[in-house]
Amino acid sequence: MDKKDWKGWLYLLPAILFLGAFMVYPLIDVFVYSVEEGYNSASQTFFGIGLYNYSYVLRDPYFLQALKNTFILVLITVPLSTALALLISVGLSSIEKLRDLYQTIYFLPYVTNTLAVGLVFMILFKKTAYTDGLVNLILSFFGMTPIDFIDGPYWAKMFVLCFYTIWVVLPFKILILTSALASVNPDYYRAAKVDGTSKLRTFFSITIPMISPTLFYLIITGFIGAFKVYSDAVALFGTDLNAAEMNTIVGYIYDMLYGNSGGYPSFASAAAILLFAVVLTITCINLLISKKHVHY
Amino acid sequence: MKIVVQNLTKTFPSRNKNTHEDVIAVNHFNVEIPDGKLIGLLGPSGCGKSTALNLLCGLLKPTSGKIFFGDDDVTDLPAENRGVGFVFQNYALYPHLTVKQNILFPLQNRKGKDRLSKKEMLEKAKEAAKLVQIDSLMERKPSELSGGQQQRVAIARALVKRPKVLLMDEPLSNLDARLRLQTREEIRRIQRETKITTVFVTHDQEEAMSISDLIVVMKAGVIQQIGKPQQVYDDPSNLFVATFLGTPPINVFRGQVKESVLYLGPDPIFPVEGVKDQEVSVAIRPEGFLLRENGALGCKRNAVEVMGRDITVVSTHEASENPTIRSIISAENREKVPSETVRFDIKPNKLFLFDRESGERLPFKWNEREEKENG
Repeated sequence: MDKKDWKGWLYLLPAILFLGAFMVYPLIDVFVYSVEEGYNSASQTFFGIGLYNYSYVLRDPYFLQALKNTFILVLITVPLSTALALLISVGLSSIEKLRDLYQTIYFLPYVTNTLAVGLVFMILFKKTAYTDGLVNLILSFFGMTPIDFIDGPYWAKMFVLCFYTIWVVLPFKILILTSALASVNPDYYRAAKVDGTSKLRTFFSITIPMISPTLFYLIITGFIGAFKVYSDAVALFGTDLNAAEMNTIVGYIYDMLYGNSGGYPSFASAAAILLFAVVLTITCINLLISKKHVHY
Repeated sequence: MKIVVQNLTKTFPSRNKNTHEDVIAVNHFNVEIPDGKLIGLLGPSGCGKSTALNLLCGLLKPTSGKIFFGDDDVTDLPAENRGVGFVFQNYALYPHLTVKQNILFPLQNRKGKDRLSKKEMLEKAKEAAKLVQIDSLMERKPSELSGGQQQRVAIARALVKRPKVLLMDEPLSNLDARLRLQTREEIRRIQRETKITTVFVTHDQEEAMSISDLIVVMKAGVIQQIGKPQQVYDDPSNLFVATFLGTPPINVFRGQVKESVLYLGPDPIFPVEGVKDQEVSVAIRPEGFLLRENGALGCKRNAVEVMGRDITVVSTHEASENPTIRSIISAENREKVPSETVRFDIKPNKLFLFDRESGERLPFKWNEREEKENG
């Protein structure tokens, strides 16, 4: 029995070593940084230990802006992208002709580079003194005043960011959901049909519960992914996100790490720990809900 | 509800790109199923029996032909409007719903004035559950049930809406041997109690024989024979039906009719009147052999298998189409089985002659007096 235990740990050793060195240790280290007040990365010194870093970060208007942006982004894009992906996947699995073609088209954004796509979005949505982007051309065609989505009002910029984020995460969700839908045994649908079940009831009472494990997986990873958005914002609004009021939490951490004159690693660490706490809480809530609603 | 099927045909487009020939799954089906009977649709895998069931159900549209339930033409009615209950081979119970919710499901689909009150629905569900004896399991999930219990839930779900016709696709194939025996009795009982016209599909001839009022034997989409189980067994219309029914399977020989006497190899068996001199296929049921010291058919003994009530003599004969001949004789004769050559007389009513080419049955007359002497 003992020997067996020993063997088991041996097999786990490589994974434990890697996770320990590259995940657990940095995590602890970040936590340590976050409580060291006045840490100087050049001299590796600090004044004392306390929660000042947290109180600074929580009072920093840039952090609060980033927190607000991130939450808006998460709350809008995760439900919307999941619902949209579900809708498209159901559509895809109910057509027969050209399904492969459409699947490929919907998957294309996944293999393109986010920064390149961001550039395209910027061109589509921008408005300068000389030219309007395609979106603004369409707006003015319908008699509306063009809006500068990239450098204009807050809500316009947030709209583009959400639009872009949804567009970027859709392909993966569609891919996962179409395969989940395909794996539902068609006998369930045939049984429902024989019993005269309406399409709507079939969808909500059979399809959704059947793919609920996949749906929850997508929602949980979607939340985590959306909380960590950074490159999307950079792709659209450039690197000075604070000025554009479009910063995200990860963006704030990045700015704090590499900002002017060597940065403030302690503030960055405190922000990172706060983000970690938020993501952990949301994920735990998600898991609790999913336990109640995923049945097998 | 009486079911009448006229000229029902279903073809599927060919997957084979070279031939472009359509696959005919069901070929000019004609059958009349009397009201309140249990009908077994029997055939080997891929013979189109499940397709036929799906056509009856309305999950598939026929290529041509008509289906009547009673006097109503239901050929173009979709499945939900036909009033059929369907029990799937894998039961298709919704895994996220409890037994009760599963049984309620069909009732909750009703709309308008057909919709029952919650209390009535619950009563009907309980009634159906009681009929299949799962009323104590109502709050369980399907995954917490055994295969046999799941099967019962599936039947209850199909019965709860009082279907005119109950259709079952291989209802016993997912159960183990003991449970299968039990469940088939159960299906028989439920069918008798509800008196719902029931059609079930099976590839297991024993299953079909044991509980059906009527069996329909199919091969390659074509009905071979329709009849009561015993009648089909005793009077098969062709070689396929004869070989498909019965365990152990019927013994097939190459035979010859010369001057109205049947020969198996060199052995003259008995005179067969009314058959022209020709090469024939001869099929003898295992129970058609009589151990005789100077019997007509001489076989080389291979082994004797003791089954308790009776024994099986495994032997070979030069005219046999199968590698071995299996004959069942009473266990009392065990000591009498010779060690080298076993000689049998054949019961004429257990021997069938078939055309060598077409496999069609060749009726013959035998001498009754001789039969009595042997019997």
